[in-house]
Amino acid sequence: MKYSPWIMHFNAGACNGCDIETLAALTPFFDPERLGVKLAPNPRHADVIIVTGALNKKAAERLKRLYDQTPSPKFVIACGACAISGGVFANSYPLISRADKVVPVDVYIPGCPPRPEAILHGIKKLLDRVGG
Amino acid sequence: MVIVEIPIGPQHPALHEPIMLRVRTEGEEVVEVAVNTGYNHRGIEKLLEKNSWIRGMYIAGRVCGICNAVHIQAYVQGVEKLMGVEPLPRANYIRTIVMELERIHSHMLISAVMAEIIGFDTLFMLLMRDRERIMYLKELVTGSRVHADIHTVGGVKRDLDEVRRDKILSELEKVEERLKYYKNVYENDYTIVKRLSEVGTISKSNALKMSVVGPTLRGSGVRSDVRSDDPYAAYPEISFNVVVRDEGDSWARMIVRLEEALESVNIIRHAIESLPQGPAIPKTIPRSAKPGEAISRVEAPRGELIYHLVSVGGPNPYRVKIRTPSFMNILNTDSVYLGHRLADVPVIFASYDPCISCTERVVVIDEKTGEKTYMNLRELARVESR
Repeated sequence: MKYSPWIMHFNAGACNGCDIETLAALTPFFDPERLGVKLAPNPRHADVIIVTGALNKKAAERLKRLYDQTPSPKFVIACGACAISGGVFANSYPLISRADKVVPVDVYIPGCPPRPEAILHGIKKLLDRVGG
Repeated sequence: MVIVEIPIGPQHPALHEPIMLRVRTEGEEVVEVAVNTGYNHRGIEKLLEKNSWIRGMYIAGRVCGICNAVHIQAYVQGVEKLMGVEPLPRANYIRTIVMELERIHSHMLISAVMAEIIGFDTLFMLLMRDRERIMYLKELVTGSRVHADIHTVGGVKRDLDEVRRDKILSELEKVEERLKYYKNVYENDYTIVKRLSEVGTISKSNALKMSVVGPTLRGSGVRSDVRSDDPYAAYPEISFNVVVRDEGDSWARMIVRLEEALESVNIIRHAIESLPQGPAIPKTIPRSAKPGEAISRVEAPRGELIYHLVSVGGPNPYRVKIRTPSFMNILNTDSVYLGHRLADVPVIFASYDPCISCTERVVVIDEKTGEKTYMNLRELARVESR
């Protein structure tokens, strides 16, 4: 975890806003590779999981499974209002609404959706904390 | 030969969105595809019933983060019909500008994703870089990069001043030049043409039979665009071409999108130059609607989007039914994959410009017999390994 954390993005029922911003944050315009950050295609290669979206029950099972498949040490970032508290969808019937009810979350990035700069800032904070 | 079942998704680097395709293959050839959805169901239609008409605007916009302005437009159009409000003419033009900006960035995004899927990472990065210009413009007009939320009943929430108008026009020059370049790449690059043409062909009659909409339909030679068939917002006063291609394959669908993006640049330019004078922000917003029902339709970047609103009076809707374009495009076209190679499945899937967050307000349960056996075996294996 000291050098280059690979990030896996999991969309757990998001509106696409946070997902596309996460995708935009990983392109050269914002250039996360200067922090050593790269998109991992597979949970087994990943160090950090970015969770976006208001978790519904079906996606929550998947998230749990992906978390178990990721090798330790592993960290989770909850990205966007929905992953933190459910956002506008809070109290809807199919939702768990919070990523931290399913997996332990290390960093919360607020916003609907957060700007790519904010996502990079969140990643940087995580790296600083774990001594990367 | 043995039939092998390969699950693609719900977490897959090429899809970015949670959907699962169960692909059954015989060797390399695809013999059956079952679409498994439900990972993005958020109960939005129920949520809209529980909230007021005004709050509903924010929920409708969050059906989809890519085409949020068209969702709010469709919802607000219906609400305006029920409340008996006419939108201000200047607001109509500003709405149109926001919706067309959204169309450009949506089409650039799917062109980028398609480039990534077929292995052109550089093209993906370049398209994403130039897309940031449009995101910047959208932020300039609405105050937010993604969720515009600029609509309100009877008008918009932010007016457009001279400085921002000039900035939009100068940025559009640069974007138009880049779009022409990308269109040229998609049209003439030998590898891209070889990779996309004659993959996932939908004939004209099949396209009508499958009820596909938007660029998928226009890529199969059917001239259908809500903006010209049933004009809304400022479209009655703006002339533009409806782009149609006859080939019907994945390549035609991509070219339709890139040409449409160029057409959108002209629409924005025209809308900015002929922006009517007068107010754009309504002074008062009504809170309750008369009993009745309204159907409103708009052309989203992915095709025709329909909202059906039912009111029994009072501050809340009685029922809101949403029919999104991706729902038609993804779920009706599973037969198109058949006979293609496994590597073509992501290409065909991406060529519909799938938007799962739009699709998943309806849970579709697939209960073919083969499906059930598969699930049981899988669960059996899990029990044994414990």
